Amino acid sequence: MQRIGVFVCHCGTNIAGTVDVKAVAEALKNEQGVVFSTEYQYMCSEAGQSIIKNAIKEHKLTGVVVCSCSPRMHEATFRKTASSAGLNPYMVEIANIREQCSWIHKDMEKATEKAIILGRAAIAKVHLNAPLTAGESPVVKRALVIGGGIAGIQTALDIADAGFEVDIVEKKPTIGGKMTQLDKTFPTLDCAACILTPKMVDCAQNEKIKIYSYSEVESVSGFVGNFSVKIRKKARYVDETKCTGCGLCTEKCPMKKVPNEFNLGMNNRSAIYIPFAQAVPKIATIDPDHCNMLKNGKCGVCAKICTAGAINYKQEDEIVEEKYGAIIAATGYNPINLDKYDEFAYSQSKDVITSLEFERLTNAAGPTSGKLLRPSDGVHPHTIVFVQCVGSRCGAEDSKGGKSYCSKICCMYTAKHAMLTREKYPDTDVYVFYIDVRTPGKNFDEFYRRAAEEYGVHYIKGMVGKVMPQADGKLLVQGSDLIAGEQLKINADLVVLAAAIEPDKSARPLATMLTASMDTNDFFTEAHPKLRPVESPTAGIFLSGACQGPKDIPETVSQASAAAAKAIGLLCKDKLTCNPCVAHSDEMMCNGCSQCEKVCPYGAISYEDKEFRMPNRTTAIRRVAKVNPAVCQGCGACTVTCPSGAMDLNGFSNRQIMAEVDAICR
Amino acid sequence: MQINNEFKPKIVAFCCNWCSYAGADLAGTNRLNYPADVKIIRVPCSCRVNPMFILRAFQRGADGVIICGCHPGDCHYTSGNYYARRRITLLFSMLDYLGIERERTRLEWVSAAEGAKFSATMNEFAETIIKLGENKRLEDLRCKAE
Repeated sequence: MQRIGVFVCHCGTNIAGTVDVKAVAEALKNEQGVVFSTEYQYMCSEAGQSIIKNAIKEHKLTGVVVCSCSPRMHEATFRKTASSAGLNPYMVEIANIREQCSWIHKDMEKATEKAIILGRAAIAKVHLNAPLTAGESPVVKRALVIGGGIAGIQTALDIADAGFEVDIVEKKPTIGGKMTQLDKTFPTLDCAACILTPKMVDCAQNEKIKIYSYSEVESVSGFVGNFSVKIRKKARYVDETKCTGCGLCTEKCPMKKVPNEFNLGMNNRSAIYIPFAQAVPKIATIDPDHCNMLKNGKCGVCAKICTAGAINYKQEDEIVEEKYGAIIAATGYNPINLDKYDEFAYSQSKDVITSLEFERLTNAAGPTSGKLLRPSDGVHPHTIVFVQCVGSRCGAEDSKGGKSYCSKICCMYTAKHAMLTREKYPDTDVYVFYIDVRTPGKNFDEFYRRAAEEYGVHYIKGMVGKVMPQADGKLLVQGSDLIAGEQLKINADLVVLAAAIEPDKSARPLATMLTASMDTNDFFTEAHPKLRPVESPTAGIFLSGACQGPKDIPETVSQASAAAAKAIGLLCKDKLTCNPCVAHSDEMMCNGCSQCEKVCPYGAISYEDKEFRMPNRTTAIRRVAKVNPAVCQGCGACTVTCPSGAMDLNGFSNRQIMAEVDAICR
Repeated sequence: MQINNEFKPKIVAFCCNWCSYAGADLAGTNRLNYPADVKIIRVPCSCRVNPMFILRAFQRGADGVIICGCHPGDCHYTSGNYYARRRITLLFSMLDYLGIERERTRLEWVSAAEGAKFSATMNEFAETIIKLGENKRLEDLRCKAE
């Protein structure tokens, strides 16, 4: 028989405001096995915890029920409390009377009644709890960073600084990500390349960091501390060890009409290419879709002129398998596709461009060598209209692929674009159509005000209704000025759309591989928005940068370092305690049918032949299931599949759940 | 109608720890109301819900049972909700035969971000159960606890 203590938390007025906590404590006192019941203002506080500790010792409690906030919040806290008082931590159960009771109900009577029932269910469960001991598993002291943008780079550098080995997997031929395409960065206007490229070089030169460029994660198995990852190194048809990055092949390649993705298709590159001059690693890559030699065997110019003999047309994809203790997702973002936004004529006119394209047009290394020229005719534009929130802050039912969230960076980069345009070309009229200007960030509002006040950028509150390409090459922009209450028509030379940003397409399949959760927009979900913002709910997976939500560069870098710190915290440990809530099989009941093995997503179940004593003094050898507790993650799929009921789950056993059901239906 | 107003249904909700239980917590954090008749039981994954638990609930007098899990493809354990979907669908198809109206059960996918969906689902489900009234068809056959 258990001796159970019940502890009801007021949580200030969070619980006590709608639940009569005294009545709950009083009612639960009469439950079977309850020898002590009390309430306190803040159970999680030190004073509250000592009430629990003292009661455990004084009343020789064998089980503890805390009626408080969600177990996702403080289960670990109260388990530690119990443990420090000498009680097995798994003898603690939480009744969630805050998130799932007091916060959603307004009627005191109903809420109190529900809280009592939830308490009863927890008491019924704790009656059947058994002490559990966590096992241990070793930690592989190596981290994997997926994505080599500024987030991935910063995370890798920080982990390497702490002395751990770290690998970066980047799907493009070079690391650097979106930031390499930017010209200047707000609010300081320092050039993106000047601050990013040294970090890229640091990565390449750091002996703890290994870069898998032009590679993708193929599969992930294992668990925290011991992930096994297969990485596909895509064939670049160039021997990485031999190529010196001289670039001669890119000059001589006869196939020069490939749209250059680095400049967003605004100029062309050759079929063998180095994305940009500061690429890391600076190795040529052959684009198999456009190379004549690979397509029809007619060419071979690059192989002839390469003095290093690095070209290898027969190269194939290579699969590398590595072990890691921690994985950091840093897959970044992309601007959304604007093809469906016909009202802005993006697909009809070359002079309607996205902000990222504008960024390339003003970049000294861009297609126009930094001169702001219209893409259609190469003439300097005199009137530029910037449109904010294209695809951001849309309704939930947007048919064009718009997003409900704010993309966060657009207000600031548009202020930057507008300011830089006015500074370089004072003869240009710049209009910005906005819904709201959002500038939360250090020195951000000052920056925006400078654009509007000192640089004379025309900020117009209102949306653009339509952009109509005219016969003379101009763009007629129709919009509304909500403050003046009038319709505007502007004859523009160039229209720049601040496209919403969305997570990279590779994030969703990756999340499935990592069993990390995502929100409805495909951003990775953090374990807790305030308390664990850089960790995924899946142990051992950390989140860095815009894959978790829209972010500017300062925020991305801070999060990247935070994710690194969390990963280092994990890699520092020699051993990890495993979750003891794992499945186990009753050998006497198991008939070795293999059903459980088939449903186990982790391959934690194996079979062994065991000798059993039979009633008539003989022995028989039977095949029975055996669970590897270090591999089992405790989902319980096997427990329901087992036809003989031999499989059960620690902490969520059949009897425990049924006891809860009974208590609720009583 | 007067009887319906007094009827307090017993509704058991099985929620997976990673998505739906967190979704329920989010509904709480955002103060999104749903009836107090809904009581949640936390399970690690929707695939942990044994059809036996559902029958047990009805046997003990529950008026409605709802199972919530991660959206297909989002299971924390990769594939658990697919198993749940198959098992529970099969069980549901047999409920009428066992003397339990099928409308008394439901399987829903609620992610950790869908607090609003959780609350809306529970409101709607409780309304359905109140319309159906007490779980009477099973009453005569029901084994009372005592």
